[in-house]
Amino acid sequence: MKTESLMLWLDQRLGINALAELARKKEIPRHRHSVWYYFGGMTLFLFTVQVATGILLLLYYRPSAETAFESVQFIITEVQFGWLIRSVHSWSANLMILALFIHMFSVYFMSAYKPPREITWVTGVLLFFICIGFGFSGYLLPWNKLAYFATKVGTEITGVIPIVGKPMLRFLRGGDEVTGATLTRFFGFHVAVLPATATVLLGIHLLLVQMHGMSVPEKYSGTSLKKMKFFPNFFLRDLIGWILAIGVLAALAAMFPWELGEKADPFSPAPAGIKPEWYFLFMFQTLKYLPAKILFIDGEILGVLAFGLGGLVWVLVPFLNRYPGTPKRRKFFTVFGILVVAFIVVMTLIGFVT
Amino acid sequence: MSSFCDQCGQIFASLSKSRVCRRATLRRFLTLAVVACAILIFVSISFLSKIVPVSAQQKNSCIECHSQLEGRLGDPARLFENDIHKARGLSCNDCHGGDPTQDDKKGAKSALHGYTGKPAKNLIPNFCGKCHSDAALMKKFNPSLRVDQVQEYWTSVHGTKLRAGDTNVATCVSCHDVHGIRAPGDPMSSVSPLNVAETCAKCHGNAEYMKSYDIPHDQYDKYKLSVHAKALYEKHDLSAPTCNDCHGNHGAAPPGLASVANVCGQCHARQSTLFQASPHKAAFDKMQIGECIRCHSNHGIVAPTDQMLGVGAESVCTSCHNNDKGYDGAVQMSGKIENLQTSIHRATEILDRAERAGMEVSRPKFELREAFDALTQGRVLTHSAAPSEVEKAIEPGIASAAKSYKAGEDAFSELTFRRQGLAVSLVFILFLAFLVYLKIRQIESEPPGIES
Repeated sequence: MKTESLMLWLDQRLGINALAELARKKEIPRHRHSVWYYFGGMTLFLFTVQVATGILLLLYYRPSAETAFESVQFIITEVQFGWLIRSVHSWSANLMILALFIHMFSVYFMSAYKPPREITWVTGVLLFFICIGFGFSGYLLPWNKLAYFATKVGTEITGVIPIVGKPMLRFLRGGDEVTGATLTRFFGFHVAVLPATATVLLGIHLLLVQMHGMSVPEKYSGTSLKKMKFFPNFFLRDLIGWILAIGVLAALAAMFPWELGEKADPFSPAPAGIKPEWYFLFMFQTLKYLPAKILFIDGEILGVLAFGLGGLVWVLVPFLNRYPGTPKRRKFFTVFGILVVAFIVVMTLIGFVT
Repeated sequence: MSSFCDQCGQIFASLSKSRVCRRATLRRFLTLAVVACAILIFVSISFLSKIVPVSAQQKNSCIECHSQLEGRLGDPARLFENDIHKARGLSCNDCHGGDPTQDDKKGAKSALHGYTGKPAKNLIPNFCGKCHSDAALMKKFNPSLRVDQVQEYWTSVHGTKLRAGDTNVATCVSCHDVHGIRAPGDPMSSVSPLNVAETCAKCHGNAEYMKSYDIPHDQYDKYKLSVHAKALYEKHDLSAPTCNDCHGNHGAAPPGLASVANVCGQCHARQSTLFQASPHKAAFDKMQIGECIRCHSNHGIVAPTDQMLGVGAESVCTSCHNNDKGYDGAVQMSGKIENLQTSIHRATEILDRAERAGMEVSRPKFELREAFDALTQGRVLTHSAAPSEVEKAIEPGIASAAKSYKAGEDAFSELTFRRQGLAVSLVFILFLAFLVYLKIRQIESEPPGIES
């Protein structure tokens, strides 16, 4: 009786019955490619792991050039289970970006961005850029040698953009060089600017997913498909994935703890064979292969601009492919997608082995 | 209608629109012309002085003639191109006298113009000393350069022999070259740190040349294998000692047996001080044994090892001590150092293993440096020949190494705990996933679970 009155009280104020009804009614189409639906939920789960572990790390982390490295060292050696939290945060970040890549490309290949889901795609791609930003800013925070030089190289690439490059470089670094000012700035981006932006975009993204429901690939449209209730059938399947993800994270953290390395020293030479994180490797490798000059234009500038243009095209895909049902267009965009994936995979592999 | 000139203030019946009279305009033009000419002349002089070298502005018949000659007579003119004296504005006649403005040989080499020609070998030190011993003169060229080289030279073995009539010994030009003299800091100079040993070896490495002096000629060969030569040639450490750092340069002489420690002590100050205060000093003096070189040798000095201490096959202590107090002391000191070495090795090994296993052990690794410092201290203190002093330095190192070893053990305990924890967690996680799977099956076995 008490529970019922509490539910009634809540319903009157929050309308939870309407929400529960929505969850009961929500259905997921079942077909050969339904497995890709799980990667959005997996990315979201890993994002929540990031938020939770990130908050715990914040209790001890101190963002300055003098204290950052020592505070992370303290977390992993002195704080109870600090090593676990730090390793899970680092591993989960990488798995989240991997899940995000899979989610984004599965949406692309299934043309799930088709009308009326254009805004869902745009917010999704923007969230992808935000996550890359999380990765880039978070990498510097332990203030170790590798992070220092990776940030130096990474921000230098920004500086080659014509006109806006130099001011952007100074804005990112908080000066001409990577210093303690850069660290404080990156910390601000990592724990305030990016989370706030991500929360807004994620809210819109999830709302739109609920509004429009799951997209069905073109070849199944018009056919009668089996459906699965979102709650509890699909949710419980999601749950199995999340539980297993916790297991994988625990195993990775225990068996391969994320290294701390040596404290950053701006006066020491850059370590030989320095490479960025794996999700930046394809861009880094491409820039390495570009000749110094392409038609009187600096090769690096052209490369950076090309990647910028590529990112813009990627955001605008739903507007460039307005009739994904047309076989010719579908084929063109599928081939384009395969080429993009092949380029990323090949360049990343070359980056790893060279 | 009359107007005032703006420049001179006089009244004129009519003026141009600029309100300036003709006289004022002319004066302004002339002033401008003079300034322009002055600038033009200044710029021309500056430009010409840049493109025409100083030497070319003055006639030098010595260079003109000798540069056309082959071999021995032509060399001075060619070598002088890179000579430090030329760079400082000096010319042939500043050393040799004569008048380089004269075109004919007689006039140029006239005794009336103070021509001295090539000095005899026994006169060379004072010949160079004319300028290099003149403090007032040298100050004009290089205020930091010493002016006692000639004075020192006469105290050297070379100088004393030259004074005694031996003209085969080295003089200034033997080491510094004659007309191609470069500053010692110039890497191409024969007396730059990297070239000194080779320069000395020209004579001292020549068995035939050294025969009459009855001194060894293998110093350079030994030196090349030494720890000092490795530092100089391989690590390019220009502060590493070469011949002149121990023997002196202008006052070159072998150090006396009782003053070797002072020579080595220029760099190895602590070892030298400890040795001089040790019982070895008096004993070595009494036995007429060359101090440091007795154990470490001299030219072919190699990196010391811990095996040199103690009573083992490579021991240097046993060359004097046998079943005496010194022998016991050597055993004790060697034991202490070996003990610390072993402790450091164990700690390093376990910490490296822990690091490879992914554990964070940078702090204990850093703290282990205390043990390495203690080891260095202990090794240095062996020069005091006092086992108690060595022990005092070694003990904190052993404690530090033990602490680091314990940290390594703790890291492995932690690793085991993590792996056990992981195993338990995984069992729980998989069980939970299995339960959820059973729940799905249960739900979906009921008719309303899946709709078509």
